[in-house]
Amino acid sequence: MEVFLQQVINGITLGSIYGLIAIGYTMVFGIIGMVNFAHGDIFMVGCFVALIMFLIVTAILGTGGAAIFVALLICLIVSVAVTGLYNWTIEKVAYRKLRGSFRLAPLISAIGMSILLINFVQISQDARNKPVPSIIDGGITLMKGQTFDVVLAYKDLLIMIVTAVLLLVFWYLVQKTPLGRAQRACEQDRKMAALLGINVNKTIAVTFIIGAGLAAVAATMWLVKYNVVSYKDGFIPGVKAFTAAVLGGIGSLPGAVLGGLLIGLIESLWSGYFSIDYKDVAAFTILVITLIFLPQGILGKPEVEKV
Amino acid sequence: MSAATATAPNPLLQIRGVKTYYGKIIALKGVDLDVNEGEIVTLIGANGAGKSTLMMTIFGNPRAREGQILYQGQDITRTETHDIAKLGIAQSPEGRRVFPRMTVFENLQMGSAVPGMQYFNDDLERICTIFPRLKERLQQRAGTLSGGEQQMLAIARALMCRPKLLLLDEPSLGLAPIIVRQIFEVIKDVNKREGMTVFLVEQNAFHALKLAHRAYVMVNGLITMSGTGKELLADPRVQSAYLEGGRH
Repeated sequence: MEVFLQQVINGITLGSIYGLIAIGYTMVFGIIGMVNFAHGDIFMVGCFVALIMFLIVTAILGTGGAAIFVALLICLIVSVAVTGLYNWTIEKVAYRKLRGSFRLAPLISAIGMSILLINFVQISQDARNKPVPSIIDGGITLMKGQTFDVVLAYKDLLIMIVTAVLLLVFWYLVQKTPLGRAQRACEQDRKMAALLGINVNKTIAVTFIIGAGLAAVAATMWLVKYNVVSYKDGFIPGVKAFTAAVLGGIGSLPGAVLGGLLIGLIESLWSGYFSIDYKDVAAFTILVITLIFLPQGILGKPEVEKV
Repeated sequence: MSAATATAPNPLLQIRGVKTYYGKIIALKGVDLDVNEGEIVTLIGANGAGKSTLMMTIFGNPRAREGQILYQGQDITRTETHDIAKLGIAQSPEGRRVFPRMTVFENLQMGSAVPGMQYFNDDLERICTIFPRLKERLQQRAGTLSGGEQQMLAIARALMCRPKLLLLDEPSLGLAPIIVRQIFEVIKDVNKREGMTVFLVEQNAFHALKLAHRAYVMVNGLITMSGTGKELLADPRVQSAYLEGGRH
C-alpha cells in the first residue's frame, strides 16, 4: 500500500511535468499540423536558463527562507522569456518559410533545430551533469508505514498546483478569449482567418511562444524536482511528452495533461512493482494499445462534419 | 441616393489590368472592373472563368502579378490579406468556409474581430432577425449545419465585419430556390437600407442580374461585356450563354 501511494504521488508529479511540455506539442500541432521535434530541446534550454538564473540569484540573495521563492520566481520569469524568444526565433527562421512546402519539410527542419540546440548547449555548457543544491525540502507525511513513510513533498505539491492552474488558465484562454478563437480559426482554416482580419503569422508566433513558455515552467519544475540538468534532458522528456499529447488526443489541452499524467503514473507504478528498466516499454505499450482502440486519442474528437 | 450615384459615381474599388497566375497558368488575363459606392455589382461567368480568383485576388491571396487594385483610391495590390480586411472589405468566399469545429456563435464572433467586440451584441441581434434559422442554432457546431445554413452563416459572418464593401462568392450555390430568394432579399436589403456596397459573383445569372445596378461578364479570365443589370439581361448573347433562353 505504501509503495502504491508513494508511486502515485511520484507519477502525478512526473506526469504534470510531461503534461506541461505536451501542451506545447499539442498547441503547435493543432495550429500548423506539425510536430515540433525541437520542443523537447526547447524544454532543455529552459532547464539551463533556469539553472543559470538560480545560481546567479542565490549567489546574491542566499538560499534562506523567502529568498528561495524570490529566486524561483525570477528563474521562472527569465526562463519563460528566454525560452519563448528561442522558440519564436526558431519558428521564424526554420518553419515559417516552409509552411507552404510539402509536409515533411518543416519536420526535417525541426529535427535539425533539435540537433542544433543539443549541440549548442553541449558545447557552451559542456557535457557534464549540472547539479544544484536541493531547492525545496520537506513535505507532508501522509501515512506511517512499516518500511517507509508516504510523503507528499512540498515540491511535488508545488508542481501539481502549478500544472493545474496553468491548464485552467490556458484552457480558458483558448476557449474564451479572442486570441484563443483566432488560434482555433487558424487551426481550422488559415485562409479564411486572414479574410476576417486575423494576422495568421502573428497568431502562430504567439502559439510557439506560449508553448515554449509552458515548457520553461516545466523546466523550472524539473530543476526543483531533480536538482540536476544535462544537455541530454530534452530528448526523453520530449518523447514522453509527445507520447502524452498523442495519447490524450493531439490538439486537446486537457488531453495533453491527462496523457501526461497517465504516462507518468504508468511509468512510476511500473517502476514500483516491476523492473525499472522496462518502465518506458510499459508506457509505450499502453500508448500502442490505446491508439489501436482510440486512434484519435482519449480526448481527441473524431471528425464528424459536413463539408 | 441611387440618382446621385448614377450622376457622379464614387469609385470604391477599382481593378486595373489585373493579371493573376497559379504557378505558370494564367487565370486572370488583365481584368478591369469598377465598383462604385452604394452599388450592387454582379459578375457572371461560366465555371473556371476566374470569378473566384478575382474575389481572392482582391484580398491578395493569390496576389496579382500585374496590374493594380485600388480601394478608396488607396493601392492595396501588395497589402497583406488581414490588413485588407481591416480596411472594411469582407468576403463570403467560395465554398462557404465556415469554421466547422466552432459553434455558430463563435463563427459570428470571428466576424467581429475587425470592428471590435463592442458591436457584437447589436450585430448579433440584427443577424438573428435577418436569419432566424441561425438564432436557433447558435450553440451548434457549424460543421453540423446543412449547406444552406452554412451559406447563411458565411454571409452573416461577413456582415458581422461591418464592411463598406461586401464580396459574395456564389451565395446561391447548391441552395433550394426558396433560400436563394431569401438570400437575394437580404443582399438587396443591406444595400438599400444601409448603403452597403456589394460585389456579387454568381452563376445564377437571372436573379443576380435582376438585382444588380451594373454587371460584368467574364470569359476565360477576361471581362467581355459590361452594362447595367437590365441591359445584360436583355442582351441576346448573355441570354443564350447564361440564361438558357429564359427563367431559372
